Parts: sequence; C-alpha cells; structure tokens
Amino acid sequence: MTAELSAHGLRVEFATRTGRVARALDGADLIVRAGEVVALVGESGSGKTTLARALVGLLRPAAGEVRWDGRPMNRSARGLKALRRQVQLVLQDPLGALNPRHTVYESVAEGLRIHKTVAHSGRSETELVAQALASAGLRPPEALFLRYPHELSGGQRQRVLIAGALALQPQLLIADEPVSSLDASIRGEILALLLKLREELGLGVLVVTHDLGMAWNIADRIAVMYLGRVVEAGPTEDVLTSPRHPYTKALLSVVPEIEGLEPVVLRGEIPDPTRIPAGCRFHPRCPALASGEADAVADDCRGTRLAILSGEPEGHRCACHLVASREEAPHDPASRAAT
Amino acid sequence: MNGPTTAPLLALRDLHVTYATDAGLLRAVRGVDLAVESGQIVGVAGESGCGKSTLASTILRLQAANATVTGEVLFEGRDVLTMRWGDLRAVRWAGASIVFQGALHSLNPVHRIGEQVAEPIRLHTPGLGDASVRRRIAELLEQVGLDPERARAYPHQLSGGQKQRVMIAMALACDPQLVVADEPTTALDVMVQAQVLDVLSALVRERGVGMLMISHDLSVLADLCDRITVMYAGRVVEEGPAAQVFADPLHPYSGALSAAFPRVGDPAARFAPAGLPGDPPDPRQLPGGCSFAPRCPRAAEVCLPAEPELASYAEGRMAACVRIGDPTDSPVELVAETTARDGDPS
Repeated sequence: MTAELSAHGLRVEFATRTGRVARALDGADLIVRAGEVVALVGESGSGKTTLARALVGLLRPAAGEVRWDGRPMNRSARGLKALRRQVQLVLQDPLGALNPRHTVYESVAEGLRIHKTVAHSGRSETELVAQALASAGLRPPEALFLRYPHELSGGQRQRVLIAGALALQPQLLIADEPVSSLDASIRGEILALLLKLREELGLGVLVVTHDLGMAWNIADRIAVMYLGRVVEAGPTEDVLTSPRHPYTKALLSVVPEIEGLEPVVLRGEIPDPTRIPAGCRFHPRCPALASGEADAVADDCRGTRLAILSGEPEGHRCACHLVASREEAPHDPASRAAT
Repeated sequence: MNGPTTAPLLALRDLHVTYATDAGLLRAVRGVDLAVESGQIVGVAGESGCGKSTLASTILRLQAANATVTGEVLFEGRDVLTMRWGDLRAVRWAGASIVFQGALHSLNPVHRIGEQVAEPIRLHTPGLGDASVRRRIAELLEQVGLDPERARAYPHQLSGGQKQRVMIAMALACDPQLVVADEPTTALDVMVQAQVLDVLSALVRERGVGMLMISHDLSVLADLCDRITVMYAGRVVEEGPAAQVFADPLHPYSGALSAAFPRVGDPAARFAPAGLPGDPPDPRQLPGGCSFAPRCPRAAEVCLPAEPELASYAEGRMAACVRIGDPTDSPVELVAETTARDGDPS
C-alpha cells in the first residue's frame, strides 16, 4: 500500500509565561502520500512548522492524532524511531542544521548508524553515504566526504541535508522552507531535485513554505493554514488560480509576480494564538467582511465556528461562511464531514 | 526636496572596491555607474557575493577597513569618498540613511526601541527637548504603521515585520533625502513584506525621497522600482526600466534571475523550477573574458576574449553581453529542468 502520513483534528498547545494557553494547532487535518508533493503555506505564526513537527512526533498533540499507514502513531521510543526512518525532516537553515565540526561524510552517516541501516543492507556504509550524496546531486560524492559545512556553498549544504535524509531511504520528506535561505539561481536546482526524487524514488514531499511561487513550481496539492488550521486546500492549480478563501486571495494578491490582481494588504499580523477569535478565526482581518461583501453572513463570521476541513486529497475545499453561502446547500459534503 | 538641479541626488561613477584579504585581492565592485534621482526608486539585483552590499556600504563611506575604494560617490554633486569628516557626518542620517539587512539583529536588544529611534535625532539636533523628541518618535512610528505606544517595547517583544518597520523609522529619523535599503524584506513573509514595501513606496511617493533598494529578488524590485541595475561578479550586466528588465531581460543572467521567481498561474512554470547551474566566480580569481560565460547558456567563442562593456540596446536600456542580437544566436532558452549544481544525478 502507499505510505500515508496524516493528521486528524490535531491540536497542539503551548503554555505561555502569562499562564494562558497558546493553541498553535487548533484542529488541523492533512494527508500526505508517497509520490506526491504537498505544499503547506501560510504566514509566520500560522502553525505550519508546528504541524510539520507534530507529524514526525516531535510534539505531542493535546487532541487529535497522527496516523502513519493508517495506524495511530506509536509514541514509544522504538515506534518513533521507526517512523522517523521513513519520514525524514529536512530543516530550514542548512548552516544551522549541520554540525560545523562534522564532515559531510559524518553528517550523512549519522542517521545510518543510529538506525543501524548498514547491517541490514548488505552494503558498506561508504557505499550508502556515496549513494545518498549522489542522489542529492553531489557528484562525485567522494570529493565531498571530508569537507566541512563552512567549505560548502549554500546550495551544497542544502543538498547535504537532503542526502542525510535520503540515506535512510525514507518514503516521505518533510522540508521546512527548503529554499528560503538560498540565492535565486540555486532555488530552482533544489526544487528540481525534490521533483526528481519524487519521480525516481516515489518519495512523498511535504514542503512548508510561505512562498506561493515555489508551491506553484512543485506542488501537486496545497493546503493554506491560518492560525492553526487549514482554511483552504486542493489541487495547486485550483487553489492558486481560483482561490476561494479571502485569506488565500489576499496572500496571492501580494505576491509580487502576479499582475492584474489589486493587492489586498492585510493589516497587522496573525493574532496571538492564546486568543483565537470567535466565529471564523480570520474574521478580524477579513477583507470581505470589512468591505461589506460578507454582510449577509456577517453574524456567522463573527459567531459561528467553522468545521475542520477534511485532509482528504480529493477536491478543492475552503472553510469560509461566505463561500459556503454562495455555493448554497447542499455544501460540499467533505467539508462538513468532520467537526 | 531637491529642485531641478543638474546633479542627480546620488551618482556612482566608475566605482571600484577591492578588499585586501589573506588570500589576495578581492575585487568586489568593478567599475559601477549608477544614479538615483529624488522621488525615484532604483533597484540593484544580484546573488550573494555580486558586490551589491559592498556597493551600498560605500555610499556613506561605511566600507570595511580593508577595502580600497576608487571612483566617485557623488551625493548632490559632492564626493562622499573625499569629503571632510564633519561634512560626512552631516550627510549620514540627515542626507542619506541605510536600512540594513537583517533588522532582527541590527537593533540593540537591551534598549527600548524608542530610545534607539531617538539616538540619531538627538545626535543631529542637539538642542531638541525631550518632549519634542518623544513627539518625533511617535510621528515616525506612526508613519511606518506602528502604534506609537510601541516605543516602550524591547526588540524581542516585536515580530520580524515590526522590527523592520522600526529600522525604517530610524532611517527616516533625520528626514534624509536618500534611503538605501539593503534587502529590507528578506526573511519576512509575503504579507509582512507587502506591508513593508507599502511603507517604503509611500515614503517615496509622498515625501519625494530617492531610494536605492538592494535585493536578490527581482520580482520585488520589478514591482517597486523605477529602474533596475543587475550586477554580476562586481559589474553591472544590465540596466533599464524595472518592468522591462524583469519581463523582457536582455542579459542571460537577468533572464535567469527573473525566471527563478515563477509567475503563479504560468503553466510553463508548473513542475519546472528554473535555476542556473554553477556558482558565481571567485572574485579573487575571475575568469578571463565575460565573467558570466562559465554559467551562461548562450556562451560562445566570442565571449572569451574580453569582458563585454555595457552598451545601449534600446531607449534607456543597457546590457553587457556580446551575444545580444547575434544573428547566429538562438533566443535565450532558460534551462527549465536544470542539471544539478555539481553534476547530473541520474
């Protein structure tokens, strides 16, 4: 069966110094399968990195669950270790994520040693490291074995991180802002590499990013997060060329390359997650509500909670009272399924 | 504002900056000409190491101690590089100010932001009373879209976007005529970037300041700037009206930069991220001939003998490439599915 990692109604909370509880994830649903590229987008503070971390068991949810291959995540040390071999996290900031005192070889071999992969593979550690570096586009791999991170270019460091993940032959990669710290000319190459890995190894990739252009470049599907929840999800073409949620529309309108869209610059920033607004969580910043466009459903916007969007890969879904009222009953059944 | 004078607000003439390093001379900027008029935003684009930040540092004579600068940096016709110290102090902050890259680290963590904004005001207007300074701070914070109450906050209490606004407020503190913004929105997410860019463009529109904006993101520059200068390995490879440089670049390097930021909705960009193989040359060991040739999809024999000079190709458009308009040349094809940086992982 196809490997599938999923979050169901995931809630992650952090205690703050003031004693209030910050709800970084407040009912997030998402499914990622091997062989597909899914982009998780949103502003800083939308909870996208929290969701990525919760998916590999780095955070324990207060409610909801993470499933791997249909079974709830096994949170024993052994269970997590097994999961993390198959689902690899590639962190943002390659310079910070690599140990400056480890050579490239050491960095890539570390995961192999932890998971004792060499013994099972019937191949030598050197072979496996070389193969991983080569798959990440670092050729000839032997030439890099003894190099230290400071001797590498930004693009090469990012490839070393990806190689470290590939060494374990995972089924899914979770890449947090894989190109945001890289120069324009290198971005494209790292993205091309992710697509190539999907093609050749059947890898599934979840990219966490605030860059919609990048999502357009490589993602099959896209999920837009706002304040701990997915507010719109669907095939990339649908979501980015005919966005429905006012938040997605606003995000798209400020991407510099898009012409012909009147920029809707939202005021302020994502609210404090210790005080999630009542009703629709986006309503205090919603341009549709502010302009009067959503007058007919304004009471719902301010007072009625929206259902959690299902993470099912099929269909284009959106959590918005205005959109729901326009689509008229019966609503897209999937968007109403989970509550 | 500057009246109609013959001298532009800022003019760089044949600027060269060379760093003396242990590993030899590093020629970071090699003969750059550039001008910024009042009320105009000029963008400088290029990768890390192309010399764009070095260039910005010379404008207020802030270059590192091991740098040798030749050429002219004319601010309202007067050369900043040879100016007496007292005159230079007057130009810094009050004539021209810089919004540095990485606002997140440029603010002093143990001072309230109000005090930090006040510093240049107090330095340049020594007689000003506390109440006036406070009023001015409130005014500046409001101008960049921050609640004046935030003057009492410490940097760690602000978000990245708010810190960047504080940096802009500081840069405006002494009413400069020129603002140099070095990657002002890098590390900010798209909505906050849009807010900060709004603040900057309002400044130019409403107060007529001139702005030099440095970024690696050609799409941001295309949106905001009047003109764009593209730099590669310390030299200008293209200069022209912003929209044209982005949409219809002449130089293959500008083309690659432009393609690196895909247009959402462009079917050609789906599953085809565009990159540019290879690295910029080591500025200590520049190749002979065109310094872009080793990475250039259009490189040919003719590129190797000498470094191409900037030449005019159309009204107001310059580029330094001998292959432009070459009849034997095929149109620029930007590598869609690029080969990997260090060889092809097949």
